[in-house]
Amino acid sequence: MQRMGFFTDTTLCIGCKACEVACKQWNQLPDDGFHFTGMSYDNTGMLGASTWRHVAFVERAAELPGQGSPRDGVEGGARAFGELFPAGQPGPTSLLGHDIQPTHLETPVALGPTERALGKFSWLMLSDVCKHCERAGCLEACPTGAIVRTEFGSVYVQPDVCNGCGYCVSACPFGVVDRREEDGRAWKCTLCYDRLKGGMVPACAKACPTASIQFGELEDLRARARRCVEQLHARGVAEAHLYGEDAASQPGTEGLHAFFLLCDRPEVYNLPPDPVVPTAKVVRSWRSMAAGVLSLAALAMGAVFSARRA
Amino acid sequence: MAECHPVAFRWVMEAKNRGATIIHVDPRFTRTSAVADLHVPIRPGSDIAFLGGLVRHVIENERWFKEYVLHYTNASTLVGERFRDTEDLEGLFSGFDSKSNSYDPETWSYDGVDGVVPAAGHKEVYAEKGAGKESLHGANILERKTDPTLQDPRCVFQILKRHFSRYTPEVVAETCGIPEPLFLEVAETLCRNSGRERTGAFCYAVGWTQHSVGVQYIRTASILQLLLGNIGRPGGGIMALRGHASIQGSTDIPTLFDLLPGYLPMPHSLLPDRGLEQYVKNNRSPSGWWSEMPKYVVSLLKAWFGDAATRENDWGFDLLPRLSGNHSHMTTVSEMADGKVKGYLVVGENPTVGSMHGSLHRKGLRKLDWLVVRDFALTETAEFWRTAPEIARGEVRTEDIQTEVFFFPAAAHTEKDGSFTNTQRCLQWHHRAIEPPGDCRSDLWFVYHLGKRLKRLYADAPGPNAEAIRALTWDYPTKGKDEDPDAEAVLREVNGFTIRDGRPVAGFKELTDDGATACGCWIYSGCYKDGVNQPARRRPQSEQHWVAPEWGWSWPANRRILYNRASADPEGRPWSERKRYVWWDAEKGAWSGYDVPDFIPDRPPSYRPPPGAEGLATLSGDDPFIMQADGKGWLFAPSGLLDGPLPTHYEPEESVLENPLYPQQCNPARMEWHRADNPYHRAFGDPRFPYVVTTYRLTEHHTAGGMSRWLSWLSELQPEMFCEISRELAAEKGLANGRWATITTARGEIECRVLVTERMKPLRVKGRTLHTIGLPYHWSYVGRVRGDPANELIPFVADPNVSIQESKALTANIRAGRHSLGRRSATDGLELRQPEPPRAPPPRDLPGIRTAHRHPPTEPRK
Repeated sequence: MQRMGFFTDTTLCIGCKACEVACKQWNQLPDDGFHFTGMSYDNTGMLGASTWRHVAFVERAAELPGQGSPRDGVEGGARAFGELFPAGQPGPTSLLGHDIQPTHLETPVALGPTERALGKFSWLMLSDVCKHCERAGCLEACPTGAIVRTEFGSVYVQPDVCNGCGYCVSACPFGVVDRREEDGRAWKCTLCYDRLKGGMVPACAKACPTASIQFGELEDLRARARRCVEQLHARGVAEAHLYGEDAASQPGTEGLHAFFLLCDRPEVYNLPPDPVVPTAKVVRSWRSMAAGVLSLAALAMGAVFSARRA
Repeated sequence: MAECHPVAFRWVMEAKNRGATIIHVDPRFTRTSAVADLHVPIRPGSDIAFLGGLVRHVIENERWFKEYVLHYTNASTLVGERFRDTEDLEGLFSGFDSKSNSYDPETWSYDGVDGVVPAAGHKEVYAEKGAGKESLHGANILERKTDPTLQDPRCVFQILKRHFSRYTPEVVAETCGIPEPLFLEVAETLCRNSGRERTGAFCYAVGWTQHSVGVQYIRTASILQLLLGNIGRPGGGIMALRGHASIQGSTDIPTLFDLLPGYLPMPHSLLPDRGLEQYVKNNRSPSGWWSEMPKYVVSLLKAWFGDAATRENDWGFDLLPRLSGNHSHMTTVSEMADGKVKGYLVVGENPTVGSMHGSLHRKGLRKLDWLVVRDFALTETAEFWRTAPEIARGEVRTEDIQTEVFFFPAAAHTEKDGSFTNTQRCLQWHHRAIEPPGDCRSDLWFVYHLGKRLKRLYADAPGPNAEAIRALTWDYPTKGKDEDPDAEAVLREVNGFTIRDGRPVAGFKELTDDGATACGCWIYSGCYKDGVNQPARRRPQSEQHWVAPEWGWSWPANRRILYNRASADPEGRPWSERKRYVWWDAEKGAWSGYDVPDFIPDRPPSYRPPPGAEGLATLSGDDPFIMQADGKGWLFAPSGLLDGPLPTHYEPEESVLENPLYPQQCNPARMEWHRADNPYHRAFGDPRFPYVVTTYRLTEHHTAGGMSRWLSWLSELQPEMFCEISRELAAEKGLANGRWATITTARGEIECRVLVTERMKPLRVKGRTLHTIGLPYHWSYVGRVRGDPANELIPFVADPNVSIQESKALTANIRAGRHSLGRRSATDGLELRQPEPPRAPPPRDLPGIRTAHRHPPTEPRK
């Protein structure tokens, strides 16, 4: 089995929503109605049966480190696009990586201490998607076997098998899976299974103009993501961290196949800080139940015996 | 840029990742600001003060690139004694005529040079004056006086220094609302990032151009970039981000009324009895590259009129139509509203939503005999007679509209072959991927078959028009059942070919003025070199060097950076190894480099023109700006502009502030339309309209919505018209997020949702709080998502140079709730007018200036 996934670097996202549109177009998903939410530029609201990518916009009364901060001494050229895109992904090409003169690498000019008229403010953007968890609650909860792990390591709902019971909906710690009202079945991101079969990258990653969404082998993405974090730290963005990149960092899901680089606490981006797949607690709950039953039985026995003795 | 050019913005993000510092100057905190290093909020309409402040900072602190400025700009050239600056005349330059409300640029000339033909801009100012005058047009440009020490008070550098001396950081703060430390940080960052080792680039879009002094915004940026040595060098330049695919192409091969292809001026009917010779005499520069102009004109005429173009008939020059005045967009529409224009062809545009004062546009459409609309959907422009608000309200009845409306469904770019010219002048070919559905046809198909029918119609008709139509070459091969003309055949004609054997020419240097060559657009010549569709080249960057000359094709001559001679020092050596781009190769005796050198290939840096030189021989070896008559970058423009040789801060037509810099409030040469249906607010401080409005686009929609409001996947992302306001303004006016607001100007009133956001911040100017209301302009009354159009609020007023509208800064009022009755000055006339405040209106102009415009409205009041 291959282990493919997404690495979404929120520091590169410009909130253009090309991923949302590319996803809907490729998967021929219907619109969700035309509702003005008044929530920044987010009129999508959340992931759902017909929204498999969702760009969140967070207007935050805190400065984004790295904006208006000195960039002296930071090595340029470290995060060029050619490097960001894993091999095989026909994304934007970089001027780097070929016979470019090394003199054309920019060493950044320092910004002085900034007097920012807007004060402490930043606008964070994140393109959310199904996480294709290593331990997928939806898959484990599905009683019909409609939800399967594919040869790409993704979690896939087979629409012809799904009976619409909805157990997966409550089993997802991220609120990703959703039932469509018209047919009752559960729908979510397929990691563009059909495109992967055809040797193409998922539509959202293909459409992303700034390499915020990167698709590739999970191990490659993790190495790449850790390098990004190091570079951001070097640039002064101390808050930059990965979310759900492996089992160690997120035991509740045993790691995500679609993980993120964030610059604030997960809940700021509307992500759960410590997601746990509900089925992870099944054994424990069975144990507790068994213990409960046993103690009840013991009590009952005790009562009977004590009654007899009396 | 991230908002409106997200795909181009990938390169900005790449630059950032490689260490570039991104500064974003915008009234709003946008998606660009979100990823920029520095966001600089600015009061709409004050950018010349900001840029002028930067110019002053660079000069006063000696941060300019001395060798570059001295050799490559006109800094040392002396200006005539009669020139007077805005410093002397309270905000005016010498030469203003208050009868015609225009400048006579004669006093702006170089000392001792009668007139210099500008490389671009308004040549006709000189043409009219110069008719029959032998000495005009600076035949003696080589004899211009200079002071290489830059000390003479009449030299351009000293004039520039004096002109911008009052643009101090304090003045910037009180004009733009930018705090001094923030301004100084921008200034120092720019300065540190310029010089031999470094370059900086400016990117702008209509936030700079759509002002009554829009052209001068760009001029200020040009001055700054020339002073910093950032033109003609890698990583430098000023990028005009165009609003649509191939808008650049539509100025190169123009849809503009006053240009022929390749920026050749349109002939003017003011000189009716003068033929090609006089036209060339008026517009050709005796020096610099524009001396080659006759070759391009004759080749164009040969391309258009073929065998009918002979030496005897001036190559068919008299078959060309003539300008009879200003035929720009707003002039045409106002004449339409007065019943003077009979027919209107609208192709891929939705002017009742996308252009200013939509209701005045609809008024114009109602007076037409016929209207043709070609688009993907029945836009508001096509539907004006059926579902417009004034019809819904019963003010206008459909049966009273006599306009005959024709709608033609158009093919999308995926359904036709053709080229896009992008903002870097790079042509990229797109191939048809799919047949257009149903009756949809390409624009090329429409124009070609229209031409065929006109030719049949006029086959035997008398008169000059019929003669011109008959003479037109119109023989493109067609393909397929729909007889679609072959787009490559058009490209071949654009490229040019020899008349004798039809061989495609390799470039404009092969064009001649003896009728031996034909060329549809000289600057595009070479795009079909060797019979190969050069724009269709898609050699990946990984298979060529970093300039990537084999990706598409750039005009002129596949040069990727214009004026790249300036990337080398006067001796022809790169300014630095780091910024090496084009250089003089002494061994080969030729210019060499990564790019195609933008210079005469074998002219050594040491070349100096001999006395009496003419044409290309006038260009010195250190004259990088070869299109200019003097080969220099113009810090001071002695000709070409209609509103001054140097940029000057003027307030918008409608402002909240009195001009902090000059007694003259507005651009004295601006275009106004004094009509009852186009009322203006007071020049400043109008108590009825206390807030600034600026308009813009969102990533999710495309301009007037013809390509997005009919598509559910885009419409759901921004489903309703809204205004963006600050928390402070919301509190002041009782506006609540997600609720409704009514916004009013003297032109109309609109309703929209309210988006209260930290991204809008009031500016503090001289202790006053200035609020800005942000309005996206995508919506209107048809389509899948609907809303009131922002452009209904905006008056007709324009920049004099290019007749562009002023939509980025005006005044308005806002109040909570839905109070709009949909009133419009174009239908309700004066009904909309709120009572004028009792005190006298503040003046827009100095006493005695623009008196001719103080005439009564052209329409009787109802």
